[in-house]
Amino acid sequence: MPQDNLQAVVSQVRRDIVRMVHAVNSGHPGGSLGCVEYLVSLYFKHMNHQPKDFQMNGIDEDVFFLSNGHISPVIYSVLARVGYFKVSELATFRKLNSRLQGHPTTHEGLEGIRIASGSLGQGLSVAIGAATSKKLNKDNSIVYTLHGDGELQEGQIWEAVMYASAKKVDNLIAAVDVNEKQIDGSTDDVLAMGSIGAKFKAFDWEVIHVKDGNNLEAIDRAITDAKSKLGKGKPVCILLHTEMGNGVDFMMGTHKWHGVAPNDEQLLTALAQNEETLGDF
Amino acid sequence: MKKYSDTGSKDTRSGFGAGLEELGNTNDQVVALCADLTGSLKMNAFAEQHPDRFFQVGIAEANMMGIAAGLTIGGKIPFTGTFANFSTGRVYDQIRQSIAYSFKNVKICASHAGLTLGEDGATHQILEDLGLMKMLPHMVVINPCDFNQTKAATIAIADYNGPVYLRFGRPKVANFTDANATFKIGKGEILSEGSDVTIVATGHLVWEALQAAEKLDSLGIHAEVINMATVKPLDEKIILDSIQKTGCVVTAEEHNRFGGMGESVAQTIVTNNPVPQEFVAVDDSFGESGTPAQLMDKYELNADAIILATQKVIKRKI
Repeated sequence: MPQDNLQAVVSQVRRDIVRMVHAVNSGHPGGSLGCVEYLVSLYFKHMNHQPKDFQMNGIDEDVFFLSNGHISPVIYSVLARVGYFKVSELATFRKLNSRLQGHPTTHEGLEGIRIASGSLGQGLSVAIGAATSKKLNKDNSIVYTLHGDGELQEGQIWEAVMYASAKKVDNLIAAVDVNEKQIDGSTDDVLAMGSIGAKFKAFDWEVIHVKDGNNLEAIDRAITDAKSKLGKGKPVCILLHTEMGNGVDFMMGTHKWHGVAPNDEQLLTALAQNEETLGDF
Repeated sequence: MKKYSDTGSKDTRSGFGAGLEELGNTNDQVVALCADLTGSLKMNAFAEQHPDRFFQVGIAEANMMGIAAGLTIGGKIPFTGTFANFSTGRVYDQIRQSIAYSFKNVKICASHAGLTLGEDGATHQILEDLGLMKMLPHMVVINPCDFNQTKAATIAIADYNGPVYLRFGRPKVANFTDANATFKIGKGEILSEGSDVTIVATGHLVWEALQAAEKLDSLGIHAEVINMATVKPLDEKIILDSIQKTGCVVTAEEHNRFGGMGESVAQTIVTNNPVPQEFVAVDDSFGESGTPAQLMDKYELNADAIILATQKVIKRKI
């Protein structure tokens, strides 16, 4: 898909996110908004996948795991917009009997979701398992993940980081949303992690920095670069320096909108900043 | 009563190893993971024969559970191996979210369960694992009684689609079940018929229940002994049919009385046909160091304890 068309998808996904969380007065808009460009680029351009014929086993297609499950609004919107399920189903987000649970789950059979996430730190291990399964199946497609930077405080992540390089899981691209914020404040204030890139490098990963993680062209270059590094004995990490709340001015640059929904007035402001390009749900 | 004889004592963990080795040669989707306890879990044969399907993950059990969940995506049937303590409590959230809630086809295989791990003491002797696992929706919980049954259960769970917790142990115990029997998930088995009391036992306590039944027989008390290898889903019919005849029940397990198999039996009878029940189980305690025999004696998990419980429960019959 051409770049300007991707930008149109980005705008619509941002509208979906704020409308979803506003409708139920709950959910996590901040991190969702910050990861829109990355997920749109993956699902609409880079991934080889079958939205109309979802198979749990994902044989011979690229698969993606969302490890920081609280940013469910963005993955739900992207999955619906790319064709996994009807866009109208976005209106059921977080409601009783919905397949769009607060945090993603396979329990309700939602197409595009292959693992439950929400309790943080588990997705990288799962992705390593799926990547290993692909190797056993002689399947050359790619496994992608996304993690929050705050999530890196979970110990299991580092068990997985150590394993992936030791066992040469080189069909895996793990992205970290480095927005430097978590619920209680900045990551530096809560538990400073120093150089995340240096840490991944020390664990013998390939590390790619994206200085503007909300820029489609920069993301495109990074994913292309990451793909070129696969199959050479090392897992690849993309550090996406994003802005939490990106695209909605009053949500940007603060951790306040991590898990808070906009009110009616704030919703109108947010929507005015993001053009309706594909039709609201 | 029907008598059973020990065909040569073996450890149940070796039954798991033998079952896994057989699966390695019959089912190429089966893969195995171990957290630095390959020898203790008797997974060496599989690891040596199928190095491409064996994953040594190091001392990182949480990561192992996640990798196992991921391996199912692509059609693999992962068997994880570590001690029962590190297979459950240590990784409860990983199992809960990535395996049980996500309904992944992972077989969590846990050795050194209960007191009979012996001298290592309470840090390694989990007595809460059956409870932890049975509380998880979708989780099948199996605690076979001897080498033969553990081998058969290991083979059987590969054909079942869904998460399973398979619990076994370290010490050599009597091997008395049929080596050619097929394991049926969710089915108890009457080992010995009787009309005075129903003894429902699981794991290492099944042999003790048979020993108790022999002594009780000589005292004129005829016990019906049920081997309840599957703790969840519980074979309610076999229990209810038996207590209809006997009017009382003793449960026996190497586990805390809270959360164990006995508690599940109690729930079954109290909601269907309330009869007196006595529990042979650890009384809300951690274990300690000692030989397996010393520990089973001190914590009253043997034939003598089952006999005492039987005499007590029969007196409570109306």
